[in-house]
Amino acid sequence: MDIFLQQIINGLTAGSVYALVALGYTMVYGIIGLINFAHGDVVMVGAMTATSVVLALVGHYGDVSAFVAIGAALLVSIPVCMALGWTAERIAYRPLRRAPRLAALITAIGVSIIIQNLAMMFWGRNYQNFPHIIEPTVFQLGDARLSMLQIAIMLGSALIMVALLLLVHKTRLGMAMRATAQNREVAGLMGVNINTVISAAFLIGSALAAVAGVMITSYYGVAQYTMGFMLGLKAFTAAVLGGIGNMGGAVLGGLLLGLIEALGSGYVGSLTNGVFGSHYQDVFSFIVLVVVLIFRPSGLLGERSGDRA
Amino acid sequence: MSHTLSNVKNRTPVKVWLGAFAIGAVLLMLPFLLGATAGQGWIRILNFALLYVMLALGLNIVVGFAGLLDLGYIAFYAVGAYAWALLASPHFDLHLPFWIVLPIGVALAAMAGVALGFPVLKLRGDYLAIVTLGFGEIIRIFMNNLDAPVNITNGPQGINRIDTFKVGEWALGRPETILGFRITGPEKYYYLLMALVILIIFICIRLQNSRVGRAWEAVREDEIAAKAMGINTRSIKLMAFGMGASFGGVAGCLFASMQGFVSPESFGLSESIAILCMVVLGGMGHVPGVVAGALLLSIFPEILRNIVVPVQQTLFGDVIVDPDAIRMLLFGVALVAVMIFRPEGLWPSAVRKRELNSGKEKQA
Repeated sequence: MDIFLQQIINGLTAGSVYALVALGYTMVYGIIGLINFAHGDVVMVGAMTATSVVLALVGHYGDVSAFVAIGAALLVSIPVCMALGWTAERIAYRPLRRAPRLAALITAIGVSIIIQNLAMMFWGRNYQNFPHIIEPTVFQLGDARLSMLQIAIMLGSALIMVALLLLVHKTRLGMAMRATAQNREVAGLMGVNINTVISAAFLIGSALAAVAGVMITSYYGVAQYTMGFMLGLKAFTAAVLGGIGNMGGAVLGGLLLGLIEALGSGYVGSLTNGVFGSHYQDVFSFIVLVVVLIFRPSGLLGERSGDRA
Repeated sequence: MSHTLSNVKNRTPVKVWLGAFAIGAVLLMLPFLLGATAGQGWIRILNFALLYVMLALGLNIVVGFAGLLDLGYIAFYAVGAYAWALLASPHFDLHLPFWIVLPIGVALAAMAGVALGFPVLKLRGDYLAIVTLGFGEIIRIFMNNLDAPVNITNGPQGINRIDTFKVGEWALGRPETILGFRITGPEKYYYLLMALVILIIFICIRLQNSRVGRAWEAVREDEIAAKAMGINTRSIKLMAFGMGASFGGVAGCLFASMQGFVSPESFGLSESIAILCMVVLGGMGHVPGVVAGALLLSIFPEILRNIVVPVQQTLFGDVIVDPDAIRMLLFGVALVAVMIFRPEGLWPSAVRKRELNSGKEKQA
């Protein structure tokens, strides 16, 4: 039972990060129908930037309070990621907006490799360790432990999601985004500036990715240039699980995937008598992805449509 | 139509024969010329380039002919390589001859291809890409972790001391002297690889204009229309996956025998993408283009490596930018640039060119 509660807590924490990243995928997919392969790598850049900033602060001032350090990390990595996302859209995706899907997807893969290797040249191949500046305040729930950082991650992502929902449903920009998602040509005819809307989607998605990057590196304590790949894949799985193009679905899918993964890796050892250990954790998200795509390609909350799958 | 055809047949193809003969002579002499001028290391690079040609041609069947974007193609290469490694190495103390191992490796790879094909039959385009990518990663994760409870793949350490390609007692890996000529292992492998590449090219060209090849093209252009024309899209897609995978299996077997060592590290996503890049750059669906793309992208980075490292050492006294990063960066830039400026590839087939440019014409 104690493992169960602990894995629920861990799963929800990881799940809220997945949800943030999945929102970025789903927004872009909803509007231009492109799987932005490079999104996971934007998260990676966010995490690497944040770690570098905190390392620099600690190196310069010695003891830094966690709030200041995280605040500074966010202040730097959000603009960096936004610039990156915007540039990628402007240079690589915009010329291909009318091209066949295959072409756009291949381009996105190319962008992902470019970002990864530039990051490797810049930060090197090694893991970057996030300094221990966050005091491990822990609450005891029975045998399970819930840290302050986990609470902060869950609350933070919940707040961001609410803000995003308000943005999409209550503002003019949000209305323009929804209109563009429904029909790009008609939205253009109604006076919506399509280019602005698409750029905005990339900017917002990249900002979310930066926040997710800061959360990940402070939670797991390490960042490396290849981390974006697996993370992006999981977040994409989350988006598909919830129904790609659907924002509520991305959140639901993210949390569910976090739970499935945590419970799966927590129990797979005892269920199979130790034949499969927790290092098969990454396989779970793929299995979820394949099962969802085969049996319900529109996802949990998505509308059924023939052409998508 | 029949008139022009008979015309072609009647014309004495002396020039063609001469050209083929000249190319054949160059290909035959290439390892010796290369070994004498650039060093033995370049023969190994050439051999790897030939392996990449096989892989690119295999992927071309799936991506270029049938239009199914497969991002986990390296998994079939891995299956072939591990099949050879397990059946012909001291790991299980099995040393089966090549005429047993090679068919098993190819069959296993083809089966893996069909097994991947089944669940993804209904998926199209981008979803297919992600699922195949996941499949490639799953295979790698299993290879990394199947050292417990029973040690099958020896985990991340990989399997070494793998048998070389042997016909009876005649081993390709060992140097020997024939009629006063010293022939090294890589040179012998070159001829084997070249023969296989020519065979695969021949199969691909014959396939393209066969009933199956035209069915693949139909499925690629419009799946629903293809179905309406009576094509069994299900089996035709599975056939594409299986055929493509079997080429990967052959390449994998040869890789294991040539290298003498396999580990999961060789089969990462970056390799899948490198092969995709070769297909895309050369021209999806066009066999000569794909061969050119594979040769270009496997040899050019090596030339670059030989220039970049010494230049950096003389300029900065140290290697600052890793040549591997430059190689991958080059692939990324090539993918983006080709898709934006020349989506049909550098040396495209006429059909594909028309198709990939149709969007632009509408826009104009």
